[in-house]
Amino acid sequence: MNTNIIIRAEGEKAVVYASDYLNKLSGETIERECRRQLDMGCKMLVVNFAETEIVNSIGISILLGVIDAAQNAGAKVIFSDVKAETIELFEMLGLTNHVMLN
Amino acid sequence: MEKQKLIHTFGALAELGHEVAHKQNFQEMIRTSLHLLLGSLAIMRGGVARYSRFGHELNMLVIRGLGEEFPLTLSLCDEDERQFLTNGLAPIEVAQAKVLPFFQIYDRSFEKKRVELLVPLVIRNEIVGVILLGEKANGEPYSAYDLEIICAMSRHIGVGIAQRNLMAELERRAEENRKLYEDLRTTYKDTVKAFATAIDCKDKYTEGHSVRVGKYSEIIAEELGWDENEVEGAAVAGYLHDVGKLTVERNIINAPYRINAKESAELNKHPAVGYEILLPIHHPYADVPLAAKYHHERLDGRGYPDGLFDKEIPYIAKIVNLADSFDAMTTDRPYKRRRPANEIIEDLQRNSGKQFAPELVTAFFKGMLKELTGENKDKRFRRLLGRDYMETEGIIPMLKNALNGISPTSSLTLVSLD
Ligand SMILES: [Fe+2]
Ligand SMILES: [Fe+2]
Repeated sequence: MNTNIIIRAEGEKAVVYASDYLNKLSGETIERECRRQLDMGCKMLVVNFAETEIVNSIGISILLGVIDAAQNAGAKVIFSDVKAETIELFEMLGLTNHVMLN
Repeated sequence: MEKQKLIHTFGALAELGHEVAHKQNFQEMIRTSLHLLLGSLAIMRGGVARYSRFGHELNMLVIRGLGEEFPLTLSLCDEDERQFLTNGLAPIEVAQAKVLPFFQIYDRSFEKKRVELLVPLVIRNEIVGVILLGEKANGEPYSAYDLEIICAMSRHIGVGIAQRNLMAELERRAEENRKLYEDLRTTYKDTVKAFATAIDCKDKYTEGHSVRVGKYSEIIAEELGWDENEVEGAAVAGYLHDVGKLTVERNIINAPYRINAKESAELNKHPAVGYEILLPIHHPYADVPLAAKYHHERLDGRGYPDGLFDKEIPYIAKIVNLADSFDAMTTDRPYKRRRPANEIIEDLQRNSGKQFAPELVTAFFKGMLKELTGENKDKRFRRLLGRDYMETEGIIPMLKNALNGISPTSSLTLVSLD
């Protein structure tokens, strides 16, 4: 696993740190890791954007993949520490219909 | 808000253009492209399929969010193709697509995964693929603006696939060409061998001469470390060196006595005639005609037809000369039986630097030695010279000695450098 992605799993909750890694093809690793957590019974997936400056289209696509996987697994997705501009983007694109922000 | 949306979507469009133009790996290019397309408008799911003209089917290259049960191959019929071509590169809403024959088959899969749009990738009036798109994350229907964006991005992806198809086609043609070339070469080699046999037929006393000279030339070239192609060229030069004899009168060639001066002059035309014969033929190897023309030249200038000196003689001709002389020495002639191997080795050694290029004699001796010591298992000399001819006592030390004694360059070469 790449060192840029940090996953912390505590019981049914897992925290994923998106970083800038999210915005490249290699960001698919994040999605895979989330799916793995969901398969292992994770019911609350927290994606942390503290280290993420911007989110581009690839990033959006990968986040949609995470959301879709979580919905199929009946798990909740929470986006945390999202920059104001990114929140605007998420709202505009409708991602906020599917996740909770904190 | 609108401004940010524009920045986001056009950022994706620009990146997609770059991706298609610069990515080396096709699979990665397609995966990235789908991410960019889905991400630009926040589309929940989708897939890119490539169209196989021969199989009349769409093969999914990448899918996202369509699940494991989604068919990876979708067959199209003529009517589907016609409809797609008429439609061109523009999104078709699933509600409208229901009339398409192929839709009847895959209707349920599409519905289950909420596929909302189909984009036939029609590039230059040819279907190269199809893009499938699911619902938007905000749950809204696709706007006219969205469709414009999808159209533009799909065109990029279509061009990427078309480029890839073109590359594959080029590679296939190159491969076909290579095979064709191989065939031509085989034909050429067969022709050369047929020619060699024809030449040898004319000379009943030296039956198999051309073929043997070809093989000896091949051995020398191999020992020189030439590559496969060059070795083959040397063999061909050997096979064809006496082609000019085809025009020399049969009774001169077959004379059971030493021929007189007039007859000799007639026979000595064969190198020049051979050159004339070979020159117009397009050979895959250079120098074949030159080998024929100069295979009777000697390093010391006492050969014919032009009395060339060392460096003036084409290298290939020197090889064939050595191979030719060796065969003449080691085969019985009507007026002379062949001499034992040790005498011939001495002969070659003595004439090294006079008639023969020393490094060629060295190469030839090395080839012999390798066979006698078993380093080379091919038994080529044995097959060409008969069972026991080379296996005379004392030959191995003799060859070793000779190899130590021959100076790497000829004295004539050194003189000509001054
Ligand atoms: Fe000859
Ligand atoms: Fe000859």
